[in-house]
Amino acid sequence: MSVVLELKGLTKRFGGLAAVNDVSFKVREGGISGLIGPNGAGKTTIFNLITGVYKVSGGAIEFRGLPVQDKEPYQIAGLGITRTFQNIRLFKELSVFDNVLTACHASAKYGLTEAVLRLPRFRREEKALHEKADSLLEIMGLRDRTDVTANNLPYGLQRRLEITRALALDPKLLLLDEPAAGMNPDETEQLMRLIAEVRSRFELSVLVIEHHMDLIMGVCEHIHVLSFGCTLADGTPDEVANDPQVVEAYLGAEEAKK
Amino acid sequence: MEYIQGIAILIGINLIAVLGLSILTGFTGLFSFGHGGFMAIGAYISAIVTARLHLPFALAIIAGAVSAGLVSIFIGRLTLKLKGDYFCIATMGFGEAVRVILNNIDYVGGARGWESLPQLTSIWVVLGLDIAAVIVAWNLINSRHGRNLVAVREEELAAQMAGIDVYRHKMIALVVSAAMAGIAGALMANYIQFIRPTMFNMAKSTDLTIMVIFGGLGSISGSIVGTFLLVSLPELFRNFAQWRLVIYGLAVIVIMVGRPKGVMGGFELTPSGIRKSMAARRARLALEAEARALEREDLA
Ligand SMILES: Nc1ncnc2c1ncn2[C@@H]1O[C@H](COP(=O)(O)OP(=O)(O)OP(=O)(O)O)[C@@H](O)[C@H]1O
Ligand SMILES: [Mg+2]
Repeated sequence: MSVVLELKGLTKRFGGLAAVNDVSFKVREGGISGLIGPNGAGKTTIFNLITGVYKVSGGAIEFRGLPVQDKEPYQIAGLGITRTFQNIRLFKELSVFDNVLTACHASAKYGLTEAVLRLPRFRREEKALHEKADSLLEIMGLRDRTDVTANNLPYGLQRRLEITRALALDPKLLLLDEPAAGMNPDETEQLMRLIAEVRSRFELSVLVIEHHMDLIMGVCEHIHVLSFGCTLADGTPDEVANDPQVVEAYLGAEEAKK
Repeated sequence: MEYIQGIAILIGINLIAVLGLSILTGFTGLFSFGHGGFMAIGAYISAIVTARLHLPFALAIIAGAVSAGLVSIFIGRLTLKLKGDYFCIATMGFGEAVRVILNNIDYVGGARGWESLPQLTSIWVVLGLDIAAVIVAWNLINSRHGRNLVAVREEELAAQMAGIDVYRHKMIALVVSAAMAGIAGALMANYIQFIRPTMFNMAKSTDLTIMVIFGGLGSISGSIVGTFLLVSLPELFRNFAQWRLVIYGLAVIVIMVGRPKGVMGGFELTPSGIRKSMAARRARLALEAEARALEREDLA
């Protein structure tokens, strides 16, 4: 088993609050791993740390053995980690096609001068970018929606577009932040199948945040559980589901909601 | 004829600055109220090259563009890492600082201004540079670099997650826009043969920004239309001297109320632009029809 991502004693403090407190875990290469925990457990914060949106307060993040905690977000994306957002962030005014085409940019190498002068390399690479965007949209079942302005897409398709846009970077590791939020059980089921398909088709590793434990049990081979910024459990879905602490944290959260 | 040509030259000169600003404001989403400052740099540097050093005009234009561009790199280093609104305020301060500094340099005439510069800007020079500016802006916007600028405008965080170096792209937009403002300044100085720091004050900067917004953010053709209308209107109404600014103001208000996204509203008046917006409309209608059909099914 090789490891694509390893968090070592990761800590993030906001003022006095330790949103993430000494968290360590590994994401297996080629697998689908889950990150779960009640509201405010620090899941999204971990994604923000991995992608460089927040600077770590302590600990290290290693991507394929390379420390990345001091890199800029765009560099980390360039290395092959990309993500979707809990509250969808599309390029709203752009068409579905342009959302994906924009994200394909790194597959072309032409410079500013070549673009301004429309030199042969510009034409050649630009054509390749269009073909790439086209085929991604085809694979992800958005082909008949290419002209729609992203903002006008129904919610479920917006989530799907966000994943497609992420795939345009040819990532090695895809981070999904509550991809099924706001979906009905049918849509969720469909999405989970799509994620599994994408994983094998693009040969990437997936780390997915989900709120609902039952939902994630189906697709994940490995699950890490957080609560109040700390690790609560780590293991296979079965191990985690039967962990008394996890059961208590979740029941506790349920009780609190009532 | 002379009169019409004069207006055409003014439109042409402003167009270069507005196209540059369109890239920065319309496509990258950064608002500037200091581009008069970059125009001033272009104007004064070019005047030094032509009137003091007696070197060719082409060199003066290049010198104006390069100096404005270099200064913008410095300004960008200081401000582009700040969040959006601070950039806007910083550019305002920059524009005013340029004016105050020029006021105090006697070598270029100080606050009184600098007279009897050579007249070198012809309609042909302006036309040629306008065509070049439109091509550069258009080709830049319709490339991966241009799409990255738009991504920065649309959703900065998502742009970063898509591997776009946001800082670098903001810098590209700033430098291109500053250099184009510098060219416009150089043409201006060597056309009206007289420059004074107040010509490049905040009102001038705001004028340029208004032309971009008026034409429609995120539209090259909009910027062209905006420049045509807003430069020619006050000139055409020059005979009603005291009314021209009122008419100008009214025109701006009417457009902004009636079409808050500007005349063009991000739409491009080109064959591909028209095709694109028609496709978007068709796609949206299809989606709506589908949603209605689903609803009917649910009811049945
Ligand atoms: N930028 C920030 N500044 C201050 N506090 C923050 C910031 N971001 C997150 N927090 C805090 O850190 C804690 C963890 O937040 P986080 O968003 O990571 O939770 P989460 O596990 O994703 O929760 P949810 O399931 O609701 O999405 C919360 O208490 C939150 O208020
Ligand atoms: Mg969250």
